[in-house]
Amino acid sequence: MARRLAQALFIVVCTAIINFTIVHLAPGDAVDVLAGEAGAADPGYVAGLRASFGLDKPLYEQLGRYIWNLAHLQMGHSFRYNMPVFSLIVQRLGPTLLLMVASLGVAFVGGIVLGVTASRNMRSMTDNLISVLALLAYATPLFWLGLMLIVVFTLKLNLLPGGGMYTIGATAGPLSHVLDVARHLVLPAITLSLFYMATYARLMRASMLEVSRVDYVRTAHAKGLSDGIVLYKHVLPNAILPMVTLLGVQAGSLLGGAVVVEVVFGWPGLGRLAFEAVFQRDSNLLLGILLLSSCLVVAVNILVDLLYTWLDPRIARG
Amino acid sequence: MTERTFWRRYRRNRAAVLGLALFALVVFTAIFGWLLYPSDPWAPVTRPFLWPGERTAFPLGSDSMGRDVLAGLIHGAYVSLLIGLAATAAAVGLGVTIGTIAGYARGRTDDALMRLTEVFQTIPNFIFVLVLVAIFKPSIRTIVLAIATVSWPPIARLVRAEFLSLRERSFVQSCVAIGMTDVRIMWTQILPNCLAPVIIVASILVATAILVEAGLSFLGLGDPNVMTWGKMIGDGRDSLRTAWYLSAIPGVAIVLTVLGLSLVGEGLNDALNPRLKDL
Repeated sequence: MARRLAQALFIVVCTAIINFTIVHLAPGDAVDVLAGEAGAADPGYVAGLRASFGLDKPLYEQLGRYIWNLAHLQMGHSFRYNMPVFSLIVQRLGPTLLLMVASLGVAFVGGIVLGVTASRNMRSMTDNLISVLALLAYATPLFWLGLMLIVVFTLKLNLLPGGGMYTIGATAGPLSHVLDVARHLVLPAITLSLFYMATYARLMRASMLEVSRVDYVRTAHAKGLSDGIVLYKHVLPNAILPMVTLLGVQAGSLLGGAVVVEVVFGWPGLGRLAFEAVFQRDSNLLLGILLLSSCLVVAVNILVDLLYTWLDPRIARG
Repeated sequence: MTERTFWRRYRRNRAAVLGLALFALVVFTAIFGWLLYPSDPWAPVTRPFLWPGERTAFPLGSDSMGRDVLAGLIHGAYVSLLIGLAATAAAVGLGVTIGTIAGYARGRTDDALMRLTEVFQTIPNFIFVLVLVAIFKPSIRTIVLAIATVSWPPIARLVRAEFLSLRERSFVQSCVAIGMTDVRIMWTQILPNCLAPVIIVASILVATAILVEAGLSFLGLGDPNVMTWGKMIGDGRDSLRTAWYLSAIPGVAIVLTVLGLSLVGEGLNDALNPRLKDL
């Protein structure tokens, strides 16, 4: 575990160095980049920033100072929002995590159901249909899928809200607030989940076919257990392991997907913040988002490792 | 493997043949489309919000400014392919270089380069591209370079693994024995032998690059001087209620292109990796 944490720290520090490099390669001097263009920042702020970055000092000293500041969670100030970048990001992290967890839940359950169905009816119409849908899900841009779902379910059928996180001006108790958020969550979560559902379905189908051939499954059948119990107790737990691995690999792409989905549905999370930062030329905020999203991916990977040892105790012992 | 056996193996996968046809259609549209259907994607040529099929002169209708949707689609095919291919070429160049050095040098150099690869794999790709393009100003060049910056790690890892296993083989050892230089061994002996897996991964990278570019231009971070599918979808968003076809049509073009490329990737995998197929 100590090795794993050291590795994680190394990745985070490297990301910080990459951030620093971007700022120095960008056209204009680092303060122009950080302060944004169009003279939005007041001269006092710019002078302060120049001093705090020590632009007259040698590069390695500037880098050292930058990392020192990051270690104290000082990622600079977003003058557009007039707030420290760090607290701004933390504020928006909640909705993004909610969206990601909901999508993963839908993708996991949907993927398992589809994968099991496909593997049980191998080479049938159902199996082929699931394969074709999976291929289409790989090829469909998330933002387009989101727009099309809005056309059908919001504009034509008027079933579900297609924007925002809650109804503005709704005054009601906490329970109806939760229900309101859940209703707003349906379309974005489905949009984000479809791609991952396809990968999970494919993986699940493959590992189901692989696992159902091993000896302990045959034994379970032989001792008279029903199909359902064999599936639930013997096949699923072993087939789920590769899916958990995939979760760690895909954490980064899930976060990237969340950005576009949030923009399409006006979901007030990190992605929406990144989008606003792009258009307000708030580079400092952008770099902070890049750094913290890398940290998030690293954290998810550590969680996946922990989950893995919990699911499969052999790994912890080995 | 001769060309003929390659084709026979490729053809066995029906879906891959369909994918190749789709991809060929997109390539044809990108290269010859403007000759067959000469029209400026930026010029207002007719009444706004013309539905597809409403007038035969504009088969796919017109947008909110009366611009021809089909003209935009043709122009977008060119831009998508250009960016997809250029970004993949750059990513393959970078990945092959880093993978070659790591796999051939081994030891500390290998360790350092693989750590670097890991870092680039951890940073969320799309957000990284978004930040790079936003800070270095959107243009075809910055978009290509940004996508290449995030896409090289899988190629580097692949090439490194191939090098590690190939350099122990006897044909490489005999080249060392006859006194060939390192660079020559890498170029003429090892690299040609790891071409097949690189080509397979590259076909998927083109598809991914096209999706990323579409996402960028949908968010308004495309090159402002070219018409792209993603930009058309983004523009159509404002009139989603009344004219949803404006967003739907370019999206179908993206889906078909990316679908074609991933089917081609699967077909290449079957044709170039017969060992996997036999398992």
